[in-house]
Amino acid sequence: MRLHGTHIKLTERSLYSVDVKMSVELDVFVGNTTIMDKEVYQLWLNGYTVNDAVKVRIEGGVMEECEASAEVLLSDTMDQYRTFQMCERLLHHPAKLANQLLFQIPPDRQAMLIERYYAFDDSFVREVLGKKLSKGTKKDLDDVSIKTGITLKSCRRQFDNFKRVFKVVEELKGPLVENIRQHFLLPDQLARDYAAIVFFANHRFETGKKKLQYLTFQDFAFCAGQLINNWTVGAVDNMMEDMDVDLDKEFLQDLKDLKILITDKDLLDQHKNLVCTALRGKTNVFNEMEANFKNLSRGLVNIAAKLINAKDVRDFFIDLVEKFIEPCRSDKLTSIDVNLYLTHYTNSAHILDTFKHHAVWTRYMGVIKSCILRMYHD
Amino acid sequence: MPGKLKAKIVAGRHLPVMDRASDLTDAFVEVKFGNTTFKTDVYPKSLNPQWNSEWFKFEVDDEDLQDEPLQITVLDHDTYSANDAIGKVYIDIDPLLCSEAATVISGWLPIYDTIHGIRGEINVLVKVDLFNDLNRFRQSSCGVKFFCTTSIPRCYRAVMVHGFVEELVVNEDPEYQWIDRIRTPRASNEARQRLIFLMSGELQRKIGLKVLEMGGNAVVGYLQCFDLEGESGLVVRAIGTACTLEKISTFPATATHPNNSSPSKDMKEPGFGEEAPGVPLSSGPPTPLRAQTFSSFSPSKSYSRQSSSSDTELSLTPKTGGHLCHFCMIPPSPFCVFQEYPFFTLTAFPPGFLLHVGGVVSARSVKLLDRIHNPDEPETRDAWWEEIRQEIKSHAKALGCHAVVGYSESTSICEEVCILSASGTAAVLSSRFMQDGPLDTEHRFEEVVSPGCGFCHIPYDELNIPFPAQLTYCYCCRRYKVPDVLFTTIDLPTEANVTGKGCLIQARLCRTKKKAQGEGNATAISSLLPFLEYELHTQLMNKLKLRGMNALFGLRIQISVGETMLLGLASATGVYLTALPSPGGIQIAGKTPSDITYEQHISTMQKKINDTIDKNKELYEINPPEVVEEIIGSPIPEPRQRSRLFRSHSESSDEVSELDLSHGKKDAFVLEIDDTDAVEDIHALLTDSPTPAGFYSCNTEIMPGIQNWTSAIQMFTSVRVFRLNANLTNQGLNKIFSDLCENLLKSLYFKLRSMVPCCLCHLNFTVAIPEDELIQVAVTAVAMSFDKEQPLENGKQSGEKTLIKGKHRPLKAMSGIFPPHLSFLSSLSPSLSLALLLSTASSLEKASPLPEGRSRSLRSNRSYSGSSVAVVKMTPLSFIPGAKIIKYLGIINMFFIRETSSLREEGGVSGFLHTFIAEVFAMVRAHVAALGGNAVVSYSMKECVFMENPNKNQAQCLINVSGDAVIFVRESELESTSVQTQSATTHTSNATL
Repeated sequence: MRLHGTHIKLTERSLYSVDVKMSVELDVFVGNTTIMDKEVYQLWLNGYTVNDAVKVRIEGGVMEECEASAEVLLSDTMDQYRTFQMCERLLHHPAKLANQLLFQIPPDRQAMLIERYYAFDDSFVREVLGKKLSKGTKKDLDDVSIKTGITLKSCRRQFDNFKRVFKVVEELKGPLVENIRQHFLLPDQLARDYAAIVFFANHRFETGKKKLQYLTFQDFAFCAGQLINNWTVGAVDNMMEDMDVDLDKEFLQDLKDLKILITDKDLLDQHKNLVCTALRGKTNVFNEMEANFKNLSRGLVNIAAKLINAKDVRDFFIDLVEKFIEPCRSDKLTSIDVNLYLTHYTNSAHILDTFKHHAVWTRYMGVIKSCILRMYHD
Repeated sequence: MPGKLKAKIVAGRHLPVMDRASDLTDAFVEVKFGNTTFKTDVYPKSLNPQWNSEWFKFEVDDEDLQDEPLQITVLDHDTYSANDAIGKVYIDIDPLLCSEAATVISGWLPIYDTIHGIRGEINVLVKVDLFNDLNRFRQSSCGVKFFCTTSIPRCYRAVMVHGFVEELVVNEDPEYQWIDRIRTPRASNEARQRLIFLMSGELQRKIGLKVLEMGGNAVVGYLQCFDLEGESGLVVRAIGTACTLEKISTFPATATHPNNSSPSKDMKEPGFGEEAPGVPLSSGPPTPLRAQTFSSFSPSKSYSRQSSSSDTELSLTPKTGGHLCHFCMIPPSPFCVFQEYPFFTLTAFPPGFLLHVGGVVSARSVKLLDRIHNPDEPETRDAWWEEIRQEIKSHAKALGCHAVVGYSESTSICEEVCILSASGTAAVLSSRFMQDGPLDTEHRFEEVVSPGCGFCHIPYDELNIPFPAQLTYCYCCRRYKVPDVLFTTIDLPTEANVTGKGCLIQARLCRTKKKAQGEGNATAISSLLPFLEYELHTQLMNKLKLRGMNALFGLRIQISVGETMLLGLASATGVYLTALPSPGGIQIAGKTPSDITYEQHISTMQKKINDTIDKNKELYEINPPEVVEEIIGSPIPEPRQRSRLFRSHSESSDEVSELDLSHGKKDAFVLEIDDTDAVEDIHALLTDSPTPAGFYSCNTEIMPGIQNWTSAIQMFTSVRVFRLNANLTNQGLNKIFSDLCENLLKSLYFKLRSMVPCCLCHLNFTVAIPEDELIQVAVTAVAMSFDKEQPLENGKQSGEKTLIKGKHRPLKAMSGIFPPHLSFLSSLSPSLSLALLLSTASSLEKASPLPEGRSRSLRSNRSYSGSSVAVVKMTPLSFIPGAKIIKYLGIINMFFIRETSSLREEGGVSGFLHTFIAEVFAMVRAHVAALGGNAVVSYSMKECVFMENPNKNQAQCLINVSGDAVIFVRESELESTSVQTQSATTHTSNATL
């Protein structure tokens, strides 16, 4: 191919003008080891434009440090941005990063690139946690961007990451966290967070209601961990037959049996007596606890009984807050009180003569207790 | 049928999706060598096919083995329509033909497509079984080793250095054939890539034959270049230095070197055989075209006279009957001529080889290109180069030197005009290995070779200095004379006495030129060239003095021609040689001393300059010991410290020649600032920004004053294209050009700031004018960190020291004004033994570990890292700091074309080129890894031709890279293994891990 032909002088075609007499049309730097500046990478991830990134860098004082000019900074920033863009498709499949030949990147750098690429803002994830990772949600990201102050570009990256991880692990069998860690080469904590996000998205847990606003992502992530570890199929059966994205249907079915605790009046009274006996003298909100026992117990057992319906699963957290946390809080229980109460509440059920569902009860209340304690901010 | 090539296709990975419907690919592979093609089965519906093919066997002549690449094409099977090509891999099997290089090619190689770039990888195994062929008339030269490295490769020693080898082949450029109009761009690109592969192979084979004829077994400093002459064709040419190398091994392999080369081989190279000796070359250019040669800065008019006289002189040299003179075998007769061209492409030498350096010699010639009518007879191009070489040779003679070292050749082409350039450093090489070399003028130098300063001593007769110069007694030994300034094209000899550190010095120049056609254009360029060279030289001088230094090494002057301008870029590394006198300052003089404000202006400037010099001296730690100045009878008995440089106005040529003569005569370095040019110049001088703290830079292999390198190295390539938006005057252009080089350097420093303290070594700038109003600058270099603390004992490691002395009377030497002295002639012969025997005193190095075991252990190491990709280091230097090269696996010489018709989608021109360069690096690394290597040394990007047409959303780029694939081991590892004493077993056990 011979490229002859007249050029139109388009200023926008040049990368930048040094002065009126000359403009830079092409400017590349390629190292045998790919050079990547962590700071610029972060700016890129944060969705800054080249010009904004240059401004931030200038304010950061890198120019004085290195005797550089704004032009040098601009050139460097554009170059790095280009490098990151070229790497981006590899970052979508992090395992490829280690096997590709195009960029020679030391392993520790690779790990850094991946970790930061998959890192997300807590404020962003709170907005989409539990939502369907669909195109519709993606369309609403500009609102999220405005609300959180995170650039739309960054929101999209984070959203796409969630979706990508979701799609990959959806097809896989075996433990969720481990799958994420292996496929995306993420550090343990980040893998757990993604597991939570995937789990929430899968069950579409409601997290956006006003009453839940006080909860942080880490609160939810903790709860998700509890659910994944105790309530899924994978939690009891390590055969890797099923994945632990889904709750154990059999268990949910069995939960209905717990209803006896509130439907059988004798059992309920007996339960109450046992708990009150145990609590008496150990807390100064004993009276409130005693008064509220039936309410609270009904609340928790009803949550259990409804979990068989996917629709009610979504309301799991809102139910916990409405049926348990809020009443306790209005009675001014401290988390120590709550802990005490739940401990005895759980243990006492085992002493009940006619109550036979000990295993299910333990499995249920173990998770409920840790979730409530985590969600119970003093 | 002396060879069997075997190839096995193992697997593919990361293939592109070729079938949109299934998102998969039905891939199969064609393996082609020469006219034979094999196919694998189709591996259906996979992006990671496992072919595991049988061994495909090609039975071929070794001539073909050398010429042809193995061509692997990956295709997508399509039942209903033609199969789609995914991409290709060309494998150069030359490294497998040499017993000492690689034995197998095995690994993941990128599948490359000229339109889409890298599209996945393929795992192949390639082997060669060679049968010995004793046919004397064979056309192949299998087994001759090639090295890009311009010094004796690290794990070899030179038994003999035979001298210059050159060859060129020409062909029609497929891109300009009629068929190109009807075929796809992909087909056209592939035809071109394949052709260049073939031509490179053929060229290498032919050079190899010459080497064998000379009795050598290797080519060192192999430099291959392409001239894309457009309509008139494609030239691939190469030069190198033929050597007999011996692998340094554990057994004492000393004098027992039965060199089977017959001592009486005819030295004449076939290419030159027909030439009648004594034809005054300059008078009758062999082409009907205008072919004016001239040397540096003498106006062309005067030159032609001069050159004919030197040619006459040359013709007196007996050209025929040259005999190989072997050490201790045949005493060289006084008329034993080395070789037609006693040139060496080496830039670093074994100790004792290089005695004195005369200075830089260079020659340029402007030619009009014409279609190459018969590719089999490339005489025209040969003749052109021959002219230039003759000129170089005569310049060297005029400097009292019989040899040229650090020799290189280059071209710049614009439309039908081509500038051919050659340059090198005139030198006197050691003849002390010859038994009874005849006495002559230079003999006296050999009595005392003081390593630190010997090379600075003038090789020419001080009473008959070919150019005006100021001589003093050597500041080291006080016995011989030295010039005041020395310019060379070679690396700084490791044993040279240097004060302080060095730095990169660049002279940059832009000259506008009227648009013209044909001969008129060539004439215009010819008449501009001398001024360009002169001014570049002036700039270099000024900048050198401003830094308080007195010598330049690695000088490389590049002249680029465009339709409306000429660009000149001279790069070198300035140092302060202890043996040479301290440079004078720079004095500014006004022409109209009457005006008082003017005087003030001048004195402020003077002060600025003096301050800068002082600052630089501090920066580069230049504090030479105070010496009482004693001036010896130089032709110019002016004992002043300051030397004078005259600034010439380039307007009239008579003035120039006059000024030229006065160049060295003036005792003070005076800048006259009566004209605006000079003011600009001084500004330019002062505005060259200093390197940021913690950085050093040089364009040579090593930086004087820095030894303690760490193992952190970063090779990089940076390319910029600038568009000039306005009509500019010469000064405006100069400033812009200078600024853009400076800015590029600043960007590099900024990019590499994390490596501080560090030195950018081998900074190689290449400028081009791809089209009107565009300037392209490409830089390849390596950044190397060093330890500020505890400078290592100046450990000149015994075996590896190189001796080079470069003395350099720069361009002056070329001015061709010197009367030819017949006395020079006789001085030539003694040291011109064709083969110099080099003894490497300390050739017995530490027992090197068994390379085989090592290479295997390298491979096994890969698995440790968890990634399947081996790390491959790349460097333009011939060594890797803190490591020892234990094996050379062969030359890497790759040529790629990349084209796009979706430029915007690929990120614009920058995105396009960025990807392409990264791809080229990746392919180099992959091929090196497949050879079993872990580094490329002496890497260079010799060509980067970039063309764009944004209106059509198109761009095309051609890149040619080369280097030596090697295996290195860290010195720390080496020590630990040698401690264990049983290196062999250690390595084998490693391999099994």
